Amino acid sequence: MGERLEHAPLLTEVDLTDGRASEPSRPLRGVNRAFHGRRGLGVVTTLGLPLSWMLFVYVGSLLLLVVSAFYALDPITQKPSSTFTLDNIEAAFNIFDPAVRDTIWVLARTVGVALLVTFCCFLIALPVAFFIAKVAPRWVRRGLMVAMLMPLWAGYLVKGYAWRAMVAPSGGKFAASGKGDGGFLDATFGWTPGYGRVAIVITLVYFWLPYMVLPIYAGLDRMSPSLLDAAGDLGAKPFRTFRSIILPLLMPAIAAGSIFTFSLTLGDYIVPQMVNNGKEKFMFGTLINSTLGAPNQPLAAAYTLWPLLIVVLYLLAMKRAGAFENL
Amino acid sequence: MKLSLPARAALFGFTVLTLLFLYLPLLVVARLSFNPAKSVSWPGWTGYTTDWWKLAWEAEGPREALLNSCKVAFVAMLIAMVLGTLAAMAMARFQFFGKHAVSFLLVLPIALPGIVTGIALQNTFTREFDLGFMSFKVGLGFHSLVIAHATFCVVVAYNNVVARLRRSSPNLLEASADLGAHGTQTFRYITFPLMRSALVAGGILAFALSFDEIVVTTFTAGSGFETLPVWIYANFSRPNNVPLVNVMATFVMIVSIPLAWLAQRLSEGGDG
Amino acid sequence: MRKTRIAVALMASMALVVAACGDDEATSSTEAVETTAGSETTAGGTDTTAGSETTAGSGETDYQWTPNPDILAAAEGQVNFVAWAGYAEDGSTDPAYDWVTPFEQITSCEVNVKNGSTSDEMVQLMQSGEYDGVSASGDATQRLMAGDEVVAIDPAEFPSYENIFEGLKMQPWNSQDDQPYGIPHGRGANLLVYNTEAFADGAPDSWSVMFEPGSPADGAVSVYDSPIYIADAALYLMATQPDLGITNPYALDQAQFDAAIALLEEQAALTSQYWALYTDQQASLENGDVLAGTTWQVIVNLAQANGAKIDAVKPVEGATGWSDTWMLSSKAANPNCMKLWMDWIASPWANSQVAVWFGEAPSNAVSCTLDGMAEHCETFHAEDEDYWTDVWYWTTATEECLDGRTDATCVPYTEWVNAWNTLRS
Repeated sequence: MGERLEHAPLLTEVDLTDGRASEPSRPLRGVNRAFHGRRGLGVVTTLGLPLSWMLFVYVGSLLLLVVSAFYALDPITQKPSSTFTLDNIEAAFNIFDPAVRDTIWVLARTVGVALLVTFCCFLIALPVAFFIAKVAPRWVRRGLMVAMLMPLWAGYLVKGYAWRAMVAPSGGKFAASGKGDGGFLDATFGWTPGYGRVAIVITLVYFWLPYMVLPIYAGLDRMSPSLLDAAGDLGAKPFRTFRSIILPLLMPAIAAGSIFTFSLTLGDYIVPQMVNNGKEKFMFGTLINSTLGAPNQPLAAAYTLWPLLIVVLYLLAMKRAGAFENL
Repeated sequence: MKLSLPARAALFGFTVLTLLFLYLPLLVVARLSFNPAKSVSWPGWTGYTTDWWKLAWEAEGPREALLNSCKVAFVAMLIAMVLGTLAAMAMARFQFFGKHAVSFLLVLPIALPGIVTGIALQNTFTREFDLGFMSFKVGLGFHSLVIAHATFCVVVAYNNVVARLRRSSPNLLEASADLGAHGTQTFRYITFPLMRSALVAGGILAFALSFDEIVVTTFTAGSGFETLPVWIYANFSRPNNVPLVNVMATFVMIVSIPLAWLAQRLSEGGDG
Repeated sequence: MRKTRIAVALMASMALVVAACGDDEATSSTEAVETTAGSETTAGGTDTTAGSETTAGSGETDYQWTPNPDILAAAEGQVNFVAWAGYAEDGSTDPAYDWVTPFEQITSCEVNVKNGSTSDEMVQLMQSGEYDGVSASGDATQRLMAGDEVVAIDPAEFPSYENIFEGLKMQPWNSQDDQPYGIPHGRGANLLVYNTEAFADGAPDSWSVMFEPGSPADGAVSVYDSPIYIADAALYLMATQPDLGITNPYALDQAQFDAAIALLEEQAALTSQYWALYTDQQASLENGDVLAGTTWQVIVNLAQANGAKIDAVKPVEGATGWSDTWMLSSKAANPNCMKLWMDWIASPWANSQVAVWFGEAPSNAVSCTLDGMAEHCETFHAEDEDYWTDVWYWTTATEECLDGRTDATCVPYTEWVNAWNTLRS
């Protein structure tokens, strides 16, 4: 914070603050003296509380979760017992067992959906962000960005419910009278994907799109126009500029956006359930939830290790791509 | 770079379509809250009734859930603001070993899927901890919910404050010290006003995040405590309560969106 | 600066609102979950006021219940329990059906119900220790008793107990060590529901419409989403593949179990819905998305009231069913109110009300003597023990075979859960 010019009495008499006291009160003086020059103490005091909170409450809970997966479920009472076992870990991770492979298949399917949603968000977000950052006139930029981000705050369940109302299919020919009319899409366009996998993907893209738009916009905004002009001066057509200059420079921003779209899709089970048909449990999160409700807490904990591992690995990979500077 | 007119028009059109895509479902829900019939079937744009809004106001369930949500969000926001600010000050001000790890740690609760966080926290809260001289169980209820929400709201407050601190010139602090201000004075007269609006913005965003959260809440709220998202989730498939859900959903939208807009305005201001 | 002030003022006023309105919760709220939203349906079959006897001239219903005075004196003021949807109606679904409000008025115990969709969910909820009691089916009771989640009851504290049908008392699923562990609630069978228009050529009378392709309901079958449904598959195999040797659908050795799972995997092609929330099946029946399925009478009643053209039947192969017991939690915070509720729901009037609403046989013999109940008791075979010989009540499958076989090990319920999860993924 710079040197305190202790031996310059002139300065302590200067009124810095419009008539308020210029010297800190007695206890604060002691505090100031204690902290002066002691960087370590400063770090510990400021960081101490939040860090211990996160470590004890959060990391501690995650560790306890991992530990709980190593205990067997008492078959009679269906509560976790104190018997140590590797069965749950095996049931979740042993890919050589065909029964386990069914579970892994659900996980793979979910990862696939997460990547698909990320990709679709990227495809939509990029042109939109580009338009707002580079094409739209300056005075609408903020308004457009605000308009893009507002749906994020409309409420998670609200949006899930909204899509349920959008894609509701009309009933079969045996519907009771007055029942079985379709939702918005069916009524307005005569077509709806109905409840199911397509609706799940569309809904998830809808949910996480603003998370992708924001960092890409920020990345584009930071990009100096002179850079793009230079490329044009050197003879590059817009597409070439885009491919060789803009896209590589945007990678960290895209990586940042993808963290949310990927990870949030991977674990989501509530919204997929809302727009799913009654037939399949599509997402891995649904499997974890139903295992927990079986009740089989240790096995659910073992299953949870999968998304935990995948997301942590993904986070580390995105960190390398520079995503964290762009969050 | 200069884009051709057709290219620019195409981008404009695409953006408009995207905005339409984003807002149409919200309009549908708002419309349904005035729909006389009790279903999600699309009734067209005619036929309105305000009965459901009156009913929602009188019904105990949604109102109590709304109040619970507000209480939890408010306390969680305060905790998140304090913790987030402390962390932001440390990260922006000092260089120390493990900085990357700390930022990773702060992001973790919000980056990890809600179900992972929820199950982990529920496991901890329902566990009996035997310390030898005493044993305790955190238990589920208002307090556990506040702890859980504060945990993932910290990063929101942190992000806002740290961005503001990093944006502000370090010269300000040096100048203040050069003028003879002590540490706490600098904080009180320079640093704090600087980050005040970012702090409030972060707080508002934390409030909105907590208000809206469902996944972690279902795991950590316990049986008797219902927040608004929990109420909506429990009732959206009940035919008799569908209209009430429509109303509450529209209400959430009407409240959250201006709040977020306000936060956005605040976080942009105060550039110094 | 001004913006900041506005924001702070906003937050402060929110805080004030929160503080001021905080008192509202103190006023009683009857149900934590169901809210009044008008009612669309008047279900419960034809008897809307069955079972009530009016005292001459006063127009008031005689609830035919005197609470145990010692327990009433120690009542805590509220009770929180887990129950099947439809077991604790407070008039919000249909104003004519309300046996919660009278209870609250008589005992001053405010009722908070948590609806469970499956027995597994109920076991999990009870394990949390946050509830005072539960209406448990036989496949939950054994786990609860083994896990010490529930306690034995003293019949002397429950005046209604003596009128319970003898055939329901002290059964394997509601007693342990010669002690009763709860009060029987009533019993019912899982029925086959079908759309009468789709089956205009002939009403089905066999589960085959749910298991064999080619019926009018092919592709529109609705299955109960719980591992316990494996017993229904086993039940079908009892009739169609007798050489498997299944004598009890809950006692399946590995070969029999595998056959049941194989059948369920084939059934998946015919199925359009796996339901746990009764409202899901109800909505699908009304929409015509489901043309046949396994159901509870209450769902049929509710959907019929909304115009669905459906009917339900107990097929010739028999059916799985449930015989539910109200149990008291070992960690009950409000044990006296819970005991009062248990006694109330088993008392003649209340028991008849829930039996009519849910569509099941009452457990209290006196219920059948009330006005209008004779026909209901006959329809639901309350006193006809022959009807129940081919109804297999939900029970927890154990390694020790429930049919008494000692030469084989049976598949325990935890394996049923794993197999079901694999099937459903």
